Amino acid sequence: MKRVAVLVVGILALGAMVWAQNPLLINGAGATFPYPIYSKWFDEYHQKNTNTEFNYQSVGSGAGIRQVTEGTVDFGATDGPMNDDQLKAFQAKRGSGILHFPTVLGAAVPTYNVPGVSGALNFTPEALAGIFLGKITKWNDPAIAGANKGVNLPANDIVVVHRSDGSGTTYIWTDYLSKVSDEWKSKVSKNTSVNWPVGLGGKGNEGVTGLIKQTPNSIGYVELIYAAQNNIPYGAVKNSSGNFVKADLAGVSAAAAGAAKEIPDDFRVSITNAPGKNAYPISSFTWLLIPQKFQDAGKREAVKGFLKWMLTDGQNYAESLSYAKLPKEIVEKEKKAINSIQ
Amino acid sequence: MATSGTTLPNAGPVTGSRSFLSRLRDGDEIARLITMVFAATVVLITLLLVYELWTNSALARAKFGLHFFVTQVWDPVIDQYGALPFMYGTLVTSAVALFIAVPLGIGAAIFLAELAPPRISDTLQFFIDLLAAVPSVIYGLLGVFIVVPLMRTVIFPGLNKPLGFLPFFKGPSYGVGFLTAGIVLAIMVIPYIISVSREVLLSVPRDQREAALALGSTRWESTWNVVVPFAKTGILGSIFLALARALGETMAVTMVIGNVPTISASLFSPGDSIASVIANQFTEATGDLYLQSLVALGLVLFLMTFILNGLARLLIVVTTQRGSGVPT
Repeated sequence: MKRVAVLVVGILALGAMVWAQNPLLINGAGATFPYPIYSKWFDEYHQKNTNTEFNYQSVGSGAGIRQVTEGTVDFGATDGPMNDDQLKAFQAKRGSGILHFPTVLGAAVPTYNVPGVSGALNFTPEALAGIFLGKITKWNDPAIAGANKGVNLPANDIVVVHRSDGSGTTYIWTDYLSKVSDEWKSKVSKNTSVNWPVGLGGKGNEGVTGLIKQTPNSIGYVELIYAAQNNIPYGAVKNSSGNFVKADLAGVSAAAAGAAKEIPDDFRVSITNAPGKNAYPISSFTWLLIPQKFQDAGKREAVKGFLKWMLTDGQNYAESLSYAKLPKEIVEKEKKAINSIQ
Repeated sequence: MATSGTTLPNAGPVTGSRSFLSRLRDGDEIARLITMVFAATVVLITLLLVYELWTNSALARAKFGLHFFVTQVWDPVIDQYGALPFMYGTLVTSAVALFIAVPLGIGAAIFLAELAPPRISDTLQFFIDLLAAVPSVIYGLLGVFIVVPLMRTVIFPGLNKPLGFLPFFKGPSYGVGFLTAGIVLAIMVIPYIISVSREVLLSVPRDQREAALALGSTRWESTWNVVVPFAKTGILGSIFLALARALGETMAVTMVIGNVPTISASLFSPGDSIASVIANQFTEATGDLYLQSLVALGLVLFLMTFILNGLARLLIVVTTQRGSGVPT
């Protein structure tokens, strides 16, 4: 009985301590792809600013957009920018706008399992669109073989593998195919999940990779970080300058730099197939969604403080976690945008 | 989600000359009220579930109506949704699972309950209970690493060569598909069938067996003609429990079905199921109609489970009325 009493007092004391410190808690929810770096950032930022604590739940981009619109969280995060309807819904519900802040960059890469082929294959946009539309059905099709001189491609049927779950990676991939193929744009278009003309679905990067490893003559796409961390071989893709680029962090940042000139003030932009000699064409930003108006001045200042830190010191954490950094041009532009948060 | 088909005769509260107050003092009434509240929560949760599914699918129901059941397209880009391929996949995989699991499960249960020495029976029962408690994702991994390659290299060529003229066994096979999902589901539900059926068979009164043996039956005749018919209702209950599990299984199915909403007679074709598509697409469903269509799929699954359970009850009523046994 005595022990119980001590325990109760202890818990109460602990609760009182937590209560007394009472750091400002800012809640966010959204994309899973940037979760590793976001949690690193929020942790580092909290250690430097102990009176502010960020709590981020990686529930998916769709849920992030919904929750920030409903007002159940202070900010959202997404791998695909909000569309005009979603912006209107936010405006109608909350009476003010919402801002997109690019944080880091990601990319999708083609990965494959072709018996007898060990090196990296080159893919033209036409070949990728043709394969995923189901029009190119053999590995030795001239559209593939033409870009891979000297590689002995078999005459086997291609098995396409895609994501079965809704995903930012699918958004990037289909956004790219929509840009390089009119037929893809009209037949399938872009989204976090689409009505695929052909292929099998795997859940998550690991599901796609598993299916590809097990299925001879298959091709699919995975997140660059996942491919890099798991040593999954992937191919090079021809960019808008005509160069075959094998994705790496520099190539992804180059795509953002190449697109920087045309980036609109709201940052809602796709940078797939961006100009630039070294730009990797299937790259994308991932965004934080910050309401333009905060009721709570403390939260507003904390969020602005975090955004400034994220754009400067925070960027240094990106590459160690395999994310591509924002190019300078974008950082400068975003710093200006922070001032419009009221 | 579903209950088994077995029912207990309702004893009902003891009512009589004693007044409500004295029963309250004795604790009988308190026990009755408390347990009644517990029992009522089951009904409440079910109603709440239906209510939530119903209200949260309002948009989809208004837009698609009954067409939802017959539309084959599932396209989040143009906001067009239909449940048919998913309903088809759910039914086909569950049917394949039962086709494999029922004979195996009941056979094993008969052996364990009637023919095996008690020590072996109890030891095996331990393993069966263990299998029933394995999380479904583990069965999914088993499917991915063993059944999928086996399907591509052994089962598909084995079935396609002699039976390829039938639409069910047409190629090509990617390893994943309806049959693979059905096999994994069968492995998952067999422990349920064995476990429940064994219990039911063991509860058949000794007199029944002794009477059959006294009339000159062999051991097998007594088992097959007397014990099994006596336990029929309970065995049917075990099958419907297995069916309910197969209909709602999510993770293991997602991992081996191929996740493509297709309707194909070929069991080697990749497909998709209701539970699987909800799990796959719910988190990233951005539009309202998209989200509500997924909830509507949940409603459809609930409806399917409800109808199948209703049929199960009906089957039990019909078979017991024929006088072949009593409810266990």
